[in-house]
Amino acid sequence: MLLIKNGRVLDPATKTDSVQDVLLSGDRIEKIGADISAPDAEVFDAKGNIVAPGFIDLHCHLREPGQEMSETIETGTRSAARGGFTAVCCMPNTQPVNDNASITRGIVDRAAAANGVRVWPIGAASIGSKGEALAEIAAMKDAGIVAVSDDGKPIATARLVRQVMDYCSTLNLPVIEHCEDPSLFAGGVMREGPRSIRLGLKGIPAQSESICAGRDVEIAALTGARLHIAHMSTTGALEYVRAAKKNGLKVTCEVTPHHFTLIDEDVRYDTNYKMNPPLASRQDCDALIAGLVDGTVDAIATDHAPHHPASKDVEFDRAPFGITGFETALALGLSELVHTGKMKLMRLVELFTTGPARVLGMERKIAPGQVADVTIFSPDQTWTYRIADSPSKSRNSPFDGRTFKGTSVATIVAGRIIWRQ
Amino acid sequence: MLQRLEHLLGIEDLTREQISFILDQAAPFQEFQKHPLKKLATLRGKTVALAFFENSTRTRISFATAAARLGADTMNLQAESSSLKKGESLLDTVRTLEAMRPDGIVIRHSSSGAPQLIADRLGMPVVNAGDGTHEHPTQALLDALTIRDRKGKLEGLNLTILGDILHSRVARSNIFLLSKFGVNITLCGPSMWVPRELESLAPNVRRVSRIDDALQNADAIIVLRVQTERLHEPAIATEEYILGYQLTPARLKLARPDALVLHPGPMIRGLEIDDAVADGPQSCVLEQVTNGLAIRMALLYHLVGGAAVEAPPAKEKPKDSTKD
Repeated sequence: MLLIKNGRVLDPATKTDSVQDVLLSGDRIEKIGADISAPDAEVFDAKGNIVAPGFIDLHCHLREPGQEMSETIETGTRSAARGGFTAVCCMPNTQPVNDNASITRGIVDRAAAANGVRVWPIGAASIGSKGEALAEIAAMKDAGIVAVSDDGKPIATARLVRQVMDYCSTLNLPVIEHCEDPSLFAGGVMREGPRSIRLGLKGIPAQSESICAGRDVEIAALTGARLHIAHMSTTGALEYVRAAKKNGLKVTCEVTPHHFTLIDEDVRYDTNYKMNPPLASRQDCDALIAGLVDGTVDAIATDHAPHHPASKDVEFDRAPFGITGFETALALGLSELVHTGKMKLMRLVELFTTGPARVLGMERKIAPGQVADVTIFSPDQTWTYRIADSPSKSRNSPFDGRTFKGTSVATIVAGRIIWRQ
Repeated sequence: MLQRLEHLLGIEDLTREQISFILDQAAPFQEFQKHPLKKLATLRGKTVALAFFENSTRTRISFATAAARLGADTMNLQAESSSLKKGESLLDTVRTLEAMRPDGIVIRHSSSGAPQLIADRLGMPVVNAGDGTHEHPTQALLDALTIRDRKGKLEGLNLTILGDILHSRVARSNIFLLSKFGVNITLCGPSMWVPRELESLAPNVRRVSRIDDALQNADAIIVLRVQTERLHEPAIATEEYILGYQLTPARLKLARPDALVLHPGPMIRGLEIDDAVADGPQSCVLEQVTNGLAIRMALLYHLVGGAAVEAPPAKEKPKDSTKD
């Protein structure tokens, strides 16, 4: 038994915001209330800290199997736990691609042997994510996938999107789309605009994303399937989601911390500023923040994309896309959204908990009988991120050395503290 | 006070004073090219590494000759012989060169920002000899020297740049440099090669779509090479380009009568420029080549020779108000 004392319980699902004790028993929440006494329980003093439902990350890359030089399930989940995440959804673009049940089971087994963070695999939509034929989605669902995606790229054709969506609606699985038009993307390395022109780097127009988002929303309307747009970075795509929601479609979306923190004007010849989708314009960044505040955006997802240092230590246009993100996500949310007065703390917690849970068709709340996944964090503790101290195998973050206000304090999964400060 | 240069990575971050200094330093080297015996001992014992990761003939020969005439030895690395082909990283290749203890390195690379990456990691002066579609600073310096010599000044001149501006490092460096001197810059070319964001690069930059309008009142015209090898972009028909943008004698008449014609080379006669213009009295093409030597000698002298003409600026002390 674990008794979390004196924390400020913040739960979007039950609209709770008050100082209470939470008692965990086994892998379940036993009770919530003032001054709970449980003489046998281990006590965690959460005074001054927030006690929230366990954070879920809808989008990460754990690189296993196949790219263990960059990350493993073990190192990735240790990094996730430090960031306050109790569950992470890992994308299928591993080597080989997670497009069948045996690979899914392998990931689930490796995760069970790791530090305790729940790993929910996402299966490929098409075999090898090649965009030709449907992957073994039903078998992967039985093995534990929570969604499908050909992440790294969009599902190749509208026709295949339709098939995947039709099939996934009978399986009640969301289809996660990485939206980009390959012909407009064409070798680009950052967002097209004044900054790309100045740096002489090949630009990707915003429409690369929005055109694909438009296609996918249309097919979600055609099929009635659940569509989730990954790492959204443009006003155009956001407007498609806004309209789709208004029309009652089952369309959701996520935004990464780097897309609400950095913009294209921040890009310099440093490959830690190279990610896909690329950093957006100031106007798009402001629109994304507005969407995060007003509910159009359902979740903050990290798109944690570790790359071995040697692969990033190259010319900008030769480097792979992506940055790590588990350990800075909450701190960026607090620093950039809450402490700037743009967003209420409750809404930020929602974007890490009930928001992503809803995308997956799950529940996340602090109530008796619920799973005992809890994230405890400080909204105002000042700290400096040192990537050299990260348990991740990779070092590709533009936030190394940045000082934040707010950080995770303890991560509890199934009633067990898997990480504490 | 003049800030001493550590590297020459681009024009964008240079001050007008630093640019003027380099142009002034080039003057004696321009004279020097006329000497019968073209060898100085200034950099004797120094070694300049020439690392050309992208094919280049004229720029490489120009740097090699500049180094030789200053008395320096050169180490040559060319794309064809490069171990990059064997999978070695750029940084490892360059660190290998560094271990042979050159006193400076000249880099040509197809990736924008590659010289910056090297300058950040190595402890020696880096000269950018053209990086991707970013900058080609020595080209802009030699162009400015050529224009300044002929016109006596840069301030207030009207310059027109013709061609594929989007993919041109020559255009970027020239825009950055000349706008610092109050030159009015007009960009003209097929519209997909002249995006509106170019106007945000510097003050006094405008786009004009019709060549006849773009040439009005021009004091100098830079004709860019049409890069036919640019295969990853949708092509424009050669005939269309010639029809719309070739600099012909008739079109040249629309500019000021004494307008200069510059071309960074290699020039493709009959494509972007008509023979009569290339060989005409207004053409500065060969003068640019000679000035390129002078500029590169001045730079190597300054960067590799450690020819500190002026000391680095002292940190500005905050005014002590109690003593005023």
